[in-house]
Amino acid sequence: MAELMIDARDVTCSFTISRGMFRGKQQLKAVNGVDLTVERGEVLALVGESGCGKTTLAKMLLGLLPQTSGTVELCGQPINDVPRLELARTIQPIFQDPYSSLNPRKTIGSIIALPMKVQGIADQDSMRRRAEETMDMVGLPPRLYNAFPNQLSGGQRQRVAIARALVNRPQIVVCDEPTSALDVSVQSQILNLLNDLRDELNLTYIIISHNLAVVEHIATRVAVMYLGRIVEIADTDTLFKDPQHPYTRALLDSVLTPDPNMDIPNNQLGASYPNPIDPPTGCSFHPRCVNAMPRCATVAPNGKADGGHYVECHLYDDGAN
Amino acid sequence: MSNRVLDVENLTVDIPLATGILHAVDGVNLHVDRGETLCIVGESGCGKSLTSLALMDLLPTKAVRKIEKLELSGTSILGYSEREMSDVRGNKMGMIFQEPMTSLNPAFTIGNQMIETLLRHRNLSNDAARDLAKLMLEKVGITAAEQRLGQYPHQLSGGLRQRVMIAMTLLCEPELIIADEPTTALDVTIQAQILLLLKELQNEFDMGLVLITHDLGVVARIATRVAVMYAGQIVEEGTAKQIFENPLHPYTRGLMRCIPVPGKTKRGAPLGSIPGMVPSLIGDFTGCRFADRCELTSDICRQSDVSLRDPNVKAQAYRCIHGIEMLAKGEVA
Repeated sequence: MAELMIDARDVTCSFTISRGMFRGKQQLKAVNGVDLTVERGEVLALVGESGCGKTTLAKMLLGLLPQTSGTVELCGQPINDVPRLELARTIQPIFQDPYSSLNPRKTIGSIIALPMKVQGIADQDSMRRRAEETMDMVGLPPRLYNAFPNQLSGGQRQRVAIARALVNRPQIVVCDEPTSALDVSVQSQILNLLNDLRDELNLTYIIISHNLAVVEHIATRVAVMYLGRIVEIADTDTLFKDPQHPYTRALLDSVLTPDPNMDIPNNQLGASYPNPIDPPTGCSFHPRCVNAMPRCATVAPNGKADGGHYVECHLYDDGAN
Repeated sequence: MSNRVLDVENLTVDIPLATGILHAVDGVNLHVDRGETLCIVGESGCGKSLTSLALMDLLPTKAVRKIEKLELSGTSILGYSEREMSDVRGNKMGMIFQEPMTSLNPAFTIGNQMIETLLRHRNLSNDAARDLAKLMLEKVGITAAEQRLGQYPHQLSGGLRQRVMIAMTLLCEPELIIADEPTTALDVTIQAQILLLLKELQNEFDMGLVLITHDLGVVARIATRVAVMYAGQIVEEGTAKQIFENPLHPYTRGLMRCIPVPGKTKRGAPLGSIPGMVPSLIGDFTGCRFADRCELTSDICRQSDVSLRDPNVKAQAYRCIHGIEMLAKGEVA
């Protein structure tokens, strides 16, 4: 059995929202009772519409947000007990927009070297050597060592962000929309790079993306999130060939493959995304679901796991009621 | 009577900079018929947005527009004054921008902004304008339209805002809509809904649509014709079928290899890429603009400018010195 890198159980993250001066406070459950495991070498993709809690979940896995309840274990150790520095050596983020995630006043060299400084590597020479090594690994020419971010193209900037994440050789990398700010020709280069680095450094990725074509290409397992819950999780092949949850199906239907013989799909999702402060009763997807039954409005579905394929929908939980 | 809604010949946009003149758009010809969707595809900086702004005469003041012919439904709007142009904008030609939050005014209600458009272009009473605005909101699939009219943009979700933008554009029943990345800021599910809506409304009102995007998936599904832009020039133009099933120009072929296609590209297998970078467009440029990144480059490519050529009726126009046979078999790694 493969080594478990991340083991999250019943994780919830809620924010307290003020509803105005006299209406008191309310809880917004951004992530609501999520179970998730990630094994070494896996590429887990989190997909879902904006506001479904993908980024909040990722932040908790990175230790940047405390869980309101539930536990997250990182390599077998509760994440809250892992010292900050060790956490930073184990798991690193890559953000969406390389234009805002790099400090414009620092040189590329010092941006990439900063994590090493934080980790207490004092030796200037070895720091520089390692930074250059990492730059070479991500395909950045060494002459850019003293350049500033504004001298770089979008693709190069994203390479800098990747180099910065990898310089301390973490085991897990969380990529939050790594290519959505990039042009298609650059996107493919970054995806190739991420794939190569994974083989080379034996990395585990958690990739957040709304581009399902990218997910299909790079991920080994996909978790579909809706309103703070994981509603379906399966191997990439299984999920794309045999999506079970009506939401997953609608999501896959919405993907526009570049085929001029096909029309624009009608995903029949109708109404817009519900307000997370005031989630629907029962199954939170029922107001938009084409297969909604009466009990969907009242009873929340139990999850059903079939091998590695987990789905949370009344269509499949024959045990309920 | 011709069906041509938009006819543009030889559009050039130059931006004078301290270091020289930046030739942002160079000799672009476009035409759109009623009911037709022309997609302009290209990467950032290829001049697609400037092209659309130039058509509306909304370029930044620094930019210099040169254009030989600009006809809207057979009438030349080339020499129009600012006042005459503002009669055309929002009336005969509508525009939908990428980010609906920044193109709606946050300080006014949806109703206010929609009614203002109508009062500006149509001789209507306030009540009649309000009714029409409500009707249009319903048409774009917004429920509880009456209440929505009283809401401010921040109270709506991204998808709803984009629907409001579309409704606003349709109010005066324009002949032509120019949509600049209308769905880029939206979720995939909402994107599909908005595109479907646009297509239905286009059929209903028999409009011409110019859609600017970098998303090849969107292009394939909605376009009648496609123009691929690179470094300020159109490098290939043809029907969606021609462009996607038999791309000719090395740049278009490169783009097609870059995108993962579910079910076609092998998982984890390296995707194609286009080496190098877009050339600087400052100063004069001779030769093919793609030459530095192309596998088929030879000396002649750099010697003289390449014109867009239309080899025969069956194939699309493309801007390359090589013959169709060579391009078609030029399957390079």
